[in-house]
Amino acid sequence: MTMPEEKLKPEEILDISYTPPQKDWIKPDVKFKKGSFGYAAQGKHLKYLDLPNPRDWRPQEDDWQLPEDWENIIVKGIKERLGKNRAFQLFLDVCVRCGACADKCHFFIGSGDPKNMPVMRTELLRSVYRKNFTMAGKILGKLAGARDLSVDVIKEWYYYFYQCTECRRCSVFCPYGIDTCEITMMGRELLSLIGINANWVTEPVANCFRTGNHLGVPPHAFKTSIDSALEDIEDVTGIKVDAPINKKGAEILFITPSADYFALPHWYTLMGYLMLFHEIGLDYTWSAYASEGGNFGFFQSAEMAKRLNAKIYAEAKRLGVKWILGGECGHMWRVIHQYMDTYNGPADFLEEPVSPITGTKFENARSTKMVHICEFTADLIHNNKLKLDPSRNDKWRLTFHDSCNTSRGMGLLEEPRYVINNTCNNFFEMPDNTIRERTFCCGSGAGLGSDENMEMRLRGGFPRANAVRYVHEEHGVNLLSCICAIDRATLPPLLEYWVPEVQVSGVHELVGNALVMKGEKERTTDLRGEPLNGKEGQEDV
Amino acid sequence: MNALYAFFAVALLMLVAFFGVWGLGWNTLFAVMIPYAALAIFIIGLIYRVVKWARAPVPFHIPTTCGQQKSLPWIKSDRIESPSSTMGVVARMAMEILLFRSLFRNDKVQLEDKKRVTFQGNRVLWLGGLVFHWSLLIILFRHSRLFMQPVPDFMIFVRDIDGILQGLIPAVFITDIAILMALTYLFLRRVVFPQVRYISLPSDYFALFLLLGVVILGVLVKTAWKVDIEGVKVLAMGMFTFNPVVPEGIGPAFYIHIFLASVLLAYFPFSKLMHGPGIFLSPTRNLINNSRAVRHINPWDYPVKVHTYEEWEDEFREAIRGVGLPLEKE
Repeated sequence: MTMPEEKLKPEEILDISYTPPQKDWIKPDVKFKKGSFGYAAQGKHLKYLDLPNPRDWRPQEDDWQLPEDWENIIVKGIKERLGKNRAFQLFLDVCVRCGACADKCHFFIGSGDPKNMPVMRTELLRSVYRKNFTMAGKILGKLAGARDLSVDVIKEWYYYFYQCTECRRCSVFCPYGIDTCEITMMGRELLSLIGINANWVTEPVANCFRTGNHLGVPPHAFKTSIDSALEDIEDVTGIKVDAPINKKGAEILFITPSADYFALPHWYTLMGYLMLFHEIGLDYTWSAYASEGGNFGFFQSAEMAKRLNAKIYAEAKRLGVKWILGGECGHMWRVIHQYMDTYNGPADFLEEPVSPITGTKFENARSTKMVHICEFTADLIHNNKLKLDPSRNDKWRLTFHDSCNTSRGMGLLEEPRYVINNTCNNFFEMPDNTIRERTFCCGSGAGLGSDENMEMRLRGGFPRANAVRYVHEEHGVNLLSCICAIDRATLPPLLEYWVPEVQVSGVHELVGNALVMKGEKERTTDLRGEPLNGKEGQEDV
Repeated sequence: MNALYAFFAVALLMLVAFFGVWGLGWNTLFAVMIPYAALAIFIIGLIYRVVKWARAPVPFHIPTTCGQQKSLPWIKSDRIESPSSTMGVVARMAMEILLFRSLFRNDKVQLEDKKRVTFQGNRVLWLGGLVFHWSLLIILFRHSRLFMQPVPDFMIFVRDIDGILQGLIPAVFITDIAILMALTYLFLRRVVFPQVRYISLPSDYFALFLLLGVVILGVLVKTAWKVDIEGVKVLAMGMFTFNPVVPEGIGPAFYIHIFLASVLLAYFPFSKLMHGPGIFLSPTRNLINNSRAVRHINPWDYPVKVHTYEEWEDEFREAIRGVGLPLEKE
């Protein structure tokens, strides 16, 4: 794990207070403290994507090299978005500052920084809106909570809009449903208009635009990677599994985040998918072109999200599949569930998804034609199509982390739990205030997962780790399972810091372990290559 | 400081009304013209604001799901918190508007020993908000009898229930006490709780002081100063029928009451008080969670620059051929 130079101890990180200062917030004030912000997007990436004001710059330096008429661009940008988006207008207008959201944000809980209270994050932009677009703000100024646009305000925006993981937890508690995610999205779009972007967002976007995936994996490396997962499967099970790529006429196109085929512990989840598809004899294909389920464009602007998302339907059409199956990922599923059909639909060249194994019609996906792997697998299990041996997961005492996006932007809560309960024997829920629609973010979503931002990630992820530690202490939990690729990438360093005894897995890794495959050799290891617990292992629970 | 600004603003308004009536004798201005104007501003302003919101499109389908989606038939879905039908949305909105569902979820986070955080259910704000809004509604309902002759039985019934304590405290309604307590709490929490103090603007205090002023004067004119209620009724009926008469001897306190209420009405459309109408339009609450089943249309959708398969294949042709993957063009 890469850490900021001075390694902070947990009690130093938590040496915070939830009592804000006496001084009011109206004068912008932001310090770019090492470990608490992401580097700026490099000019070459902006250039590649035709984004404005490409240049190399550093947030911690005074001169941000803004375009000459940047104020004009921002004000015009706000005006345009007010007219185009009811949520933006409404959420700027109706907040009563009741404070219910204040301590719901993981960044506030982990940092105590009052500008991380969701209401304050929005006030940073709302104050400028008041000054430029409301009568009270124009006349009363500071008294009405209005302030002038200035370079320092822009710096505050960059710092705090990239200290929000767009997790929507605040919107669950807001009596008007004000969703800070919407504000953050608008704030980032506005910043992008004057050439302010985070590199950890824009570089993956540029990669994805070019190669088809965030990691920039070209087609040959994609193929090699999938092939080596097949070898690993053969080592564990003795079975040669096939994984068709770019196969025309397959029934189903499978799309998953690129980290699944390039990172750990995602890899074991990838093996789980491949084993499952082989075992049920699914007629499917991967795509080396649409080789990314995630969409970092979503963390930059609606337009960029649409540009990247277009590949999925385009590839489904080219390959002539009937419908699309999607892997485990959080924001990917927010985009697919709530945006894809709007961005790039209608997908009238596809068919309403029907499971070829069980005949189940996925009526909830009849327009978008894309089904979540947990919906698909839960249906298989429910129809007794899989032979499962949960005892192979007995070394794990696990809990489940609901990803922000699949819980609050989709409502996928029971499907993964059903799969877990059928593939594992020792499942324990974290406390109610920290799961399902109240789940806590990993602290690194929405493009915040860079190494240079590590201190802030550890802070933002603290409430999640805190709940994991609770079940670790109460129930001896040693595995945190999740259905999100960013989680799988960022929870391991988070837990290594706060609860080092707990590891991280995807749900389909557990499926791969439990799946009894036809003709398999007796398994001696799990997908991680670690020895399987003997059957007697059940008794020491 | 912000509270003081707001306090002085409301005090100034009271003085204006007092001198206007008591000193200058502009009774008609304060009893008729200003209330009419305020009502006009309220209605026109409210319509203007709501229409402005309504005209802005909802480009994307963004309900916040707070429960299980409707997916497989054997998985029980949460039909209200993750609504799968219009009825579900109606129920969700009703719970939000009538019972403040989301505020009911509130919990409070505490940091213990710089080690762990704990969560405790905290429903005081929910209770304070609910008591305030429901009391206000009943009080407004009670006031509407001033505009009716004869007063319907149902109204008398509500009034009798609300006035059940009048055997103990004459002329005082339960809702009078409740709304005063609730407003006091809503004010105190802004001053006492550091987080809420930090986020509170003068306008937040202004609305509270204005409401407190209206309510306190309303109670006082009924109790201590015993306003001529028949006179008030004559005035109200007259205004309602656009034939206003200003009876003598209503007393300045009543005029201050009605002036503050007028200011509140006129202020409403330009302020955060618009949260009332606003909630009906909130896209995170009023949409069905069916975006994969029914396509949501973005009215301003436009074509964007994409990286097509052909361009991709052109760039990577040799690599694709090298690993034996199929090509469109050899």
